[in-house]
Amino acid sequence: MFDSVLVANRGEIARRIIRTVQRMGLRAIAVHSEADADLPFVTEADDAVLLGPAAPAQSYLDVDKVIAAARATGAQAVHPGYGFLAENASFARAVTEAGLVWIGPAPEAIERMGDKINARNMMESAGVPVAAGTREPVGALTEAVRAAERIGYPVMVKTAGGGGGIGMGVAHDEESLGKAFEQASRAAARFGGAQDGESPAILLERYIERARHVEIQILGLADGTVVALGERDCSVQRRHQKVVEESPSPGITGDLRERMLAAAVRAGETVGYRGAGTVECLVDADAQDFVFLEMNTRLQVEHPVTESVTGLDLVEHQIRIAAGEVYALESSPGGHAIEFRVYAEDPKRFLPGPGKIDMWEEPSGEGVRVDSGYVAGNVVTPFYDPLMAKLCVHGATREEALARARTAIAAFKVEGPKNNLPFCAELLDDPEFVSGDYDTGLVSRMRKAR
Amino acid sequence: MAEVRAEMVANVWKIVVAEGDTVEEGDTLVILESMKMEIPVLAEDSGVVAQLKVAEGDVIQEGHLIAVIE
Repeated sequence: MFDSVLVANRGEIARRIIRTVQRMGLRAIAVHSEADADLPFVTEADDAVLLGPAAPAQSYLDVDKVIAAARATGAQAVHPGYGFLAENASFARAVTEAGLVWIGPAPEAIERMGDKINARNMMESAGVPVAAGTREPVGALTEAVRAAERIGYPVMVKTAGGGGGIGMGVAHDEESLGKAFEQASRAAARFGGAQDGESPAILLERYIERARHVEIQILGLADGTVVALGERDCSVQRRHQKVVEESPSPGITGDLRERMLAAAVRAGETVGYRGAGTVECLVDADAQDFVFLEMNTRLQVEHPVTESVTGLDLVEHQIRIAAGEVYALESSPGGHAIEFRVYAEDPKRFLPGPGKIDMWEEPSGEGVRVDSGYVAGNVVTPFYDPLMAKLCVHGATREEALARARTAIAAFKVEGPKNNLPFCAELLDDPEFVSGDYDTGLVSRMRKAR
Repeated sequence: MAEVRAEMVANVWKIVVAEGDTVEEGDTLVILESMKMEIPVLAEDSGVVAQLKVAEGDVIQEGHLIAVIE
């Protein structure tokens, strides 16, 4: 086992990884931008290196600066967290070439899953069900229109290389396809690495209405075995981005769960996956059927949901697997967990609301876990994503988890930045959410009902 | 005359109109970026862009004057 880990990330996830690294008796090294110098992940680390200005390109996304920080501090391994460089195969290679241990899957696995069109075709060949869609990247609107006519409306339009819902849009006809295509192309150019003048790689897929978004957590062990650690239902979304996740999913039966877990293991085995990964699926709850969406080759934001029901520390397993430790993994999921993402955004329109935190009081108690990136006095800046904290509750049943969530949300006090805690409380009173019979359209229905 | 102000702390990502341009209600004046989200700032009235008080790359605070439409 190596003796130190550099955490190439920020905010709540850097702090959460540092906690496990230190618990394992290893030295935790943080890297940070000028804007983040006062945040807990920097002060709690054993060592911290300033990378540069706030802009991600000059700090968290600068491969050379991160590698230099690792060398300067004598770090032996690098954990990328999620976002930033986590799914950047060149970064994974640069880490390995610098003689450091990369805590993540092989760069080849990142590349094969990172291109969504390639991943979809590969999964189809492996016998994993996929939605009807384009098998080649679509570069021009005329091609997109032809493809949509073949697939049939409504279609989901997304960037082949993007992630996190950025640039995604649903088109119901040729006119809305034009808008969705333009939006996705712009996102591909800005966030997806497409160069100026290069045609953006756009993917079209049959859109399933009233779908649930359910994903399977997998872990590829050092001996090549791939295990599935249950599912997370992520159907509570705004702007195609997750707000609340829970496990088990209230919308799938035992038989569908078995089929999804088996498919996720097959997906991992197809790319020789090592470490923590997530296989995202769309579920047609009425038909109790599913299709593969994409695989995220990293630790997921909502991983605490799985940790709460399995009792496993996924970051610890990522580290042990990266260190080449061979062991059998046993997990016996129990109870029900729900996670709420506490965003710095207004609870009505979900627009960003950064600012200085005047008051920050976290709930505590049985079955309550808070992963936060901030304390009172910190400033939530506009430079990064709006996630301030994740509240994860666990109970013996979904009812108990919901009751604990209501108490915890009411006890969570944040003043300063705008925050979506009132939305979380509203959700916990929403009959559709409480019934468990909801889908990805839930949040927009809640907003239309007003 | 209508003043258009920022609703949040943000970075000015793109200027869409210029001083002197005629705009219709609902036209995009500038696009802000905050927390990895693009936020278009729209004209609430039709008229002429009399003043444009921001430049691309500016970091502006909530309430900051963006433009004046006359």
